Amino acid sequence: MIYLDHNATTPIRPEVRTAMLPFFDESFGNPSSPHTVGRRVADAVDGSRAQVADALGVATDTIHFTSGGTEADNWALKGVLDAHWLKHRSHGRLVTSSTEHHAVLDTANTLARHGVTVAYQPVDENGIVDVQALMETVAASPAPQLVSLLHANNETGVLQPVAQLGAALRERGVLFHVDAVQSLGKVDLQELAQVVDLMSISAHKINGPKGTGALYIRPGVEIEPLLHGGGQEQGRRPGTLHAAGIVGFGAAVEAATHDGLASMARLGELRDRLQDGLSDLVGDVVVHGGNVDRLAQTLSVSFVGVEAEAVLLGLDQVGIAAASGSACTSDSPEPSHVLLAMGVEPRVASSAVRFSLGWGNDEAQIDQILEMLPPLIARLREMSVF
Amino acid sequence: MIPFYTTDFGNPSSAHPFGWRAKQATEASRSEVASLIGASPREIVFTSGATEANNLALRGLLERVSDPHNRGHLITGVTEHPAVLDVCDTLELQGVDVTRLPVDAHGQIDAGQLRDSLRPDTFLVSLMAANNEIGTLHPLAEIGSILSDHPALWHCDAAQAAGKIPIDVKALGIDLLSISAHKLYGPKGQGALYVSRRRPAIRLAPLQEGGGQERGIRSGTLNVPGIVGLGTACELAASEMQGEAERLQRLRDRLVSHLTTNLPQLRINGHPEQRLPGCVSICFDGVDGRDLLLQLQQDVALSAGAACASGHAGPSHVLASVGLSDEQAASTLRFGLGRGTTTQQIDTVAERVVEVCTRVSALAS
Repeated sequence: MIYLDHNATTPIRPEVRTAMLPFFDESFGNPSSPHTVGRRVADAVDGSRAQVADALGVATDTIHFTSGGTEADNWALKGVLDAHWLKHRSHGRLVTSSTEHHAVLDTANTLARHGVTVAYQPVDENGIVDVQALMETVAASPAPQLVSLLHANNETGVLQPVAQLGAALRERGVLFHVDAVQSLGKVDLQELAQVVDLMSISAHKINGPKGTGALYIRPGVEIEPLLHGGGQEQGRRPGTLHAAGIVGFGAAVEAATHDGLASMARLGELRDRLQDGLSDLVGDVVVHGGNVDRLAQTLSVSFVGVEAEAVLLGLDQVGIAAASGSACTSDSPEPSHVLLAMGVEPRVASSAVRFSLGWGNDEAQIDQILEMLPPLIARLREMSVF
Repeated sequence: MIPFYTTDFGNPSSAHPFGWRAKQATEASRSEVASLIGASPREIVFTSGATEANNLALRGLLERVSDPHNRGHLITGVTEHPAVLDVCDTLELQGVDVTRLPVDAHGQIDAGQLRDSLRPDTFLVSLMAANNEIGTLHPLAEIGSILSDHPALWHCDAAQAAGKIPIDVKALGIDLLSISAHKLYGPKGQGALYVSRRRPAIRLAPLQEGGGQERGIRSGTLNVPGIVGLGTACELAASEMQGEAERLQRLRDRLVSHLTTNLPQLRINGHPEQRLPGCVSICFDGVDGRDLLLQLQQDVALSAGAACASGHAGPSHVLASVGLSDEQAASTLRFGLGRGTTTQQIDTVAERVVEVCTRVSALAS
């Protein structure tokens, strides 16, 4: 099988596995326990916290481990608006965009049901929010408590101008949350971390384990906990720490930042080879977000005239795993909300296939796809009444 | 677990073989978890642990059950885990009326008092199966029978009890039950909430949204290896529970009998019979517990109380509620026996404890 769905999840790397295993076996202690067995694990958790903090260039005590990116996103949004409610007894206002991950969109919808005013900033045909327009939305009264944006879109890989926005929002004194789940390990986040107030990250997108993520919280940001009970994570996130997962996260971050840029350059060449090959060999394809800054290893492409589901089925039969959109919505027949927000016609959006490359993919695999896909699309187009 | 980190690493929500294999594994685990507690697989929601499960049960219910003008009434007990008590505190701030039932000297609530505390607007009773510090079991059958003719739901935090004593949610009439994997030899970072499919349906508002996994009750990519680990741990617990409980009970009795024979000033906390087999909380009157821990730490890993409270200095709320003075609480240690504990270890621990206690008492006098 050729796995080209790394934006959905990734396998752990051998060094991550090696780092994790002792924490299932002999080093199984509860890091909150005061005895030697517990303290050894607490030391390892601290080490991972330092690895994650170093990757972002922030202080270690700003990293709060969570069960994943979804929890981090939910916590950032609900926590800031809850804190605002407790202090001011007003529901507050949230600004986000129409191409967010569902962890932000669904949370924003719930907040809206509870009385929070939510503005969904539109994106242009490339999937990018306009900085000036967003700042105008922010300037409208009443001032928002939080702006939340996805750094790299999980479907198209398109990168938002978050660094620029961060600086502008800080000047206005508005808190800024960035969902960096897809961009961690793929682009350098150190400069960005200096201008945001909250940042969500996840381990399983960077060859770390599922079930572990983190929320960066800049010191001084007022945020209520999402969960209550137990004093872990400075009293902000209770629950026995998932030591093995956290250690795996640290090792994965370390590995990703260590050879990150080199490996992204390599994956970028493979992605371009795939994109150029498909454009040449298949014809009538639309690359989404192809004209702007995007993740080097993501390709969202519509094979006009055929349904994505049919393409995926055909790919599966020849041993290639790709996706039609985000994994979380793979049950839903609706075309991607991200592509629709970019103004892509529903018919074209329904043809979109996402290839996301990662550690483990090589040129031979790309060439194999370029060999198998063109005849498959041609056959499907012949059959299609779509 | 390991293959689901490396070869079968797929996202169970993905529509390709990597995803399908992962999904198959999570569904098999769901059945194993369900079968440990007499539930059906569709009643299991995977969470990141028991803390999240407790939060989801209590807060998820509030959003659905109560209207803004009458937030309703909730009953819990004073010896619950902070993951229940702290949530109750926040619910109280949001207008819920909270009754915290006291416990007797053994740590049990009084069933009659529970019956008397029920009100027409009581929407939830949250009472744990077994206490994490002293091991006492609440009178589960009685609680179930009292609640059987009241509309209030019963949430039971079974983080300590699941896999150690038999629990049948249907026979007991439990509506919501929290499980933690790492207390039953599974991995940390994994838990589950049992949500009964009774009528009228229990509708929980999610704590974390986005993606719609777990029927929308708990979104987020499923922690496949963790779930597989929980499932296997439940399967093992189900088959080994009885023998292991008997073995731990014997070891615990051996420890207690050695200590009581050699140390005059002992007080065993918790219920003499209605208790977890492997847990014993002992007050060594006149000996500072921290001193004792320090002297023992080279050879024995044990704690003064709950691990999650280790950071904070105040005396245990559980020990206070069974009537221990601050001084007695400070003289208390918790021995948590388990699968790796042997007779030889118990004898060594007993000897070391007697030796240290005798020395410390001699110094003190």
